[in-house]
Amino acid sequence: MEGLTLSDAEQKYYSDLFSYCDIESTKKVSANGRVLELFRAAQLPNDVVLQIMELCGATRLGYFGRSQFYIALKLVAVAQSGFPLRVESINTVKDLPLPRFVASKNEQESRHPTSYSSDSENQGSYSGVIPPPPGRGQVKKGSTSHDTVQPRASVDQQEPVSPVVSPQQSPPASPHTWRKHNRHPSGGNSERPLAGPGPFWSPFGEAQSGSSAGDAVWSGHSPPPPQENWVSFADTPPTSTLLTMHPASVQDQTTVRTVASATTANEIRRQSSSYDDPWKITDEQRQYYVNQFKTIQPDLNGFIPGSAAKEFFTKSKLPILELSHIWELSDFDKDGALTLDEFCAAFHLVVARKNGYDLPEKLPESLMPKLIDLEDSADVGDQPGEVGYSGSPAEAPPSKSPSMPSLNQTWPELNQSSEQWETFSERSSSSQTLTQFDSNIAPADPDTAIVHPVPIRMTPSKIHMQEMELKRTGSDHTNPTSPLLVKTSDLSEENKINSSVKFASGNTVADGYSSSDSFTSDPEQIGNNVTRQRSHSGTSPENTAPPPPPPRPQPSHSRSSSLDMNRTFSVTTGQQQAGVVAQPPAVPPRPQPSQAPGPVVHRPVDADGLITHTSTSPQQIPEQPNFADFSQFEVFAASNVNEEQDDEAEKHPEVLPSKGTTPLAPPPKPVRRRLKSEDELRPEVDEHTQKTGVLAAVLASQPSIPRSVGKDKKAIQASIRRNKETNTVLARLNSELQQQLKDVLEERISLEVQLEQLRPFSHL
Amino acid sequence: MAVCVAVIAKENYPLYIRSIPTENELKFHYMVHTSLDVVDEKISAMGKALVDQRELYLGLLYPTEDYKVYGYVTNSKVKFVMVVDSSNTALRDNEIRSMFRKLHNSYTDVMCNPFYNPGDRIQSRAFDGMVTSMMIQARRGKESLVARAPGAWSPEEAAKGGAEDL
Repeated sequence: MEGLTLSDAEQKYYSDLFSYCDIESTKKVSANGRVLELFRAAQLPNDVVLQIMELCGATRLGYFGRSQFYIALKLVAVAQSGFPLRVESINTVKDLPLPRFVASKNEQESRHPTSYSSDSENQGSYSGVIPPPPGRGQVKKGSTSHDTVQPRASVDQQEPVSPVVSPQQSPPASPHTWRKHNRHPSGGNSERPLAGPGPFWSPFGEAQSGSSAGDAVWSGHSPPPPQENWVSFADTPPTSTLLTMHPASVQDQTTVRTVASATTANEIRRQSSSYDDPWKITDEQRQYYVNQFKTIQPDLNGFIPGSAAKEFFTKSKLPILELSHIWELSDFDKDGALTLDEFCAAFHLVVARKNGYDLPEKLPESLMPKLIDLEDSADVGDQPGEVGYSGSPAEAPPSKSPSMPSLNQTWPELNQSSEQWETFSERSSSSQTLTQFDSNIAPADPDTAIVHPVPIRMTPSKIHMQEMELKRTGSDHTNPTSPLLVKTSDLSEENKINSSVKFASGNTVADGYSSSDSFTSDPEQIGNNVTRQRSHSGTSPENTAPPPPPPRPQPSHSRSSSLDMNRTFSVTTGQQQAGVVAQPPAVPPRPQPSQAPGPVVHRPVDADGLITHTSTSPQQIPEQPNFADFSQFEVFAASNVNEEQDDEAEKHPEVLPSKGTTPLAPPPKPVRRRLKSEDELRPEVDEHTQKTGVLAAVLASQPSIPRSVGKDKKAIQASIRRNKETNTVLARLNSELQQQLKDVLEERISLEVQLEQLRPFSHL
Repeated sequence: MAVCVAVIAKENYPLYIRSIPTENELKFHYMVHTSLDVVDEKISAMGKALVDQRELYLGLLYPTEDYKVYGYVTNSKVKFVMVVDSSNTALRDNEIRSMFRKLHNSYTDVMCNPFYNPGDRIQSRAFDGMVTSMMIQARRGKESLVARAPGAWSPEEAAKGGAEDL
């Protein structure tokens, strides 16, 4: 809403009215109670009042704030002056007189006795002003008011729609107004009679005399006395043009209405003296309605569910659209069920409609549940709504889709209803989670399915590898090859892994290379770890799922790898006498290939890393010395830290958290061992002198490692050979596992695609 | 300002569509139709996450140079699409949300009516009135009133209305 500029008098008047209406002093006035009385007292047609309320934003807000109230008052003045109700007219229509309210407001009377005295004089003049609003109303309401105009002639009952009545009453006077304008083109005084929004032609009661008498009064009325209260009316030309234009549009209506106006005026005068009477339910009607209600619902305090009401009212043979509209009007608390009052209102509307009266746009006041009841019904409506929802009007709840419990129409309830609505949406959405839940489960499964936990190897080297792999897995998930895996399914945390690793390492140290089972599981582990890491690298944070998944047998893996492993194993076991020397060498080849591409593999992860891994691993073997160089330095760095296997095991967990350097750190440990042995050999192989120096230093600093420093050449060469064989075997293993990994990934992708295809259905 | 409001059923046929500039309605119909794809995309994207956290308000679906299209979907897959004039910068996200909330409330009221068969076109006058008020109100937010009445009341009003009119 644009800003409202008020003159001092207006300001004072409005604030007084506001405080009058603001009974609760909340600075907000609900649409009920005194505000309605006030507007009624303004004696504007019902639709104009509603229009005003809408324009000032009260319908939007649900209550009258101070500004809304002021705007509404200003609009009342505008309407009473006969100007079209527009937001701009608030400020553009200058020198607007204060809105007038009928006698019922004593304060106003006392405040503006003079203005009030002029009301009666202005009655007639004001009726002339009516054409504009109704005219516009007709435009807005389109067919509705036009339709109502026609039956007007046959109206012998209460006039339902006030807008309809207004045109009938006003037209006769409009020409007068127009003429009056012409007669008094100058000065605000001529406007005064019009502006003096006197008791507007209300279609009922005393104002009726205004239509006929108004002319006389009006013509006899020249400058109204109380003008001094108001600023002089400067805007004559625009208003006059307005009015001149208006009669043009109203002329046609005039003829139609003039005929009926007299009849209606008389009837209306006869009918009632209150504003709501057109729709008032007589006692016998009410009794009849109550009886009908009882036939459907014996409990008078209960509800009629929507479906029962639908059947009942369908019997009236009204078109469904109209019944739908009647329902909208009468179901005041919007709970999908009719209380006694609502039922009576609906029935009354049906009766009226059958008799030819058009349905109002808004529920007439007499048919509304009492305002006070509204508060109760709001609360009651909530509960019955809830109850109804839970099932007392059993059909009602199902009929509601978002099934909001009693969304109240009352403006003060607006916020509450939105809250109810909010909670309800959560509720309903939660019901949807059920449908979604299953689909959510599915994606989890493929991941877990893909991840294959691998039993821990019993071999020390493997254990170390496992440690390394686990740590790598736990830390950065980038290690594509992780032969190490935890056997237990619940080893999902690093601690568990580490503990198991330690345990395993302890065992392996004692046992050396163990069964082929663990070996066999290696490829599985590797593959699983790879896939697991792959699947989780993007999603879960480290140390969550990947390492621990329950062991899963991989026949393919075992098939492909077991032979090799067995062979290798036999080889390695044969080498066990080399004991510590041999074992460590076997393990390192694995990490080595993974290490060298380590910088490559660990970071990018996935197939690329694996591929490079695979590709580099064969290269690694011949290039081990170089690799050894690399690791040697690492070893050298790490060797000082690690003294014993236990320390190593402990270091592993420590190392694991640190991602970046981790991949290199654990590997160096077993590598270190191998390197030591190899280094011992290498000096003879004539490697870099650096290495020798480093190696010597390393070796010297690591007394815990049970490498025999003084191995004879043969043993060293044998171990070299064994290492190379192991390397080859492992490289082959690696390639096979990679292949399996790809297969599994493809399966996973296909499963995901299927899932995706299935999922949209679960959405609908 | 909301120049077009549309309610689309789960099966993607319109239950209610209304635009303010009555000329060139087809353009808005087309925009609403194309926005349905975006709505579906957003629904499916959110569906991957937990559904109970799925927001009903979808937000800005896509902007064109003249208009912005906002979307909202209920839990029964009934979609509300609102086309808003881009020149109305005063319309903030919260206001759009509240407009959608009102739409949803009114739609619920329509559904509560036992005489309304779900899937029918919405012919409720109350709903219509609410939508009109929303469109007019949104326009009012621009501090301009489009003189809807045929024939302006006065030259001034006509000038104002014409200037502000889309």
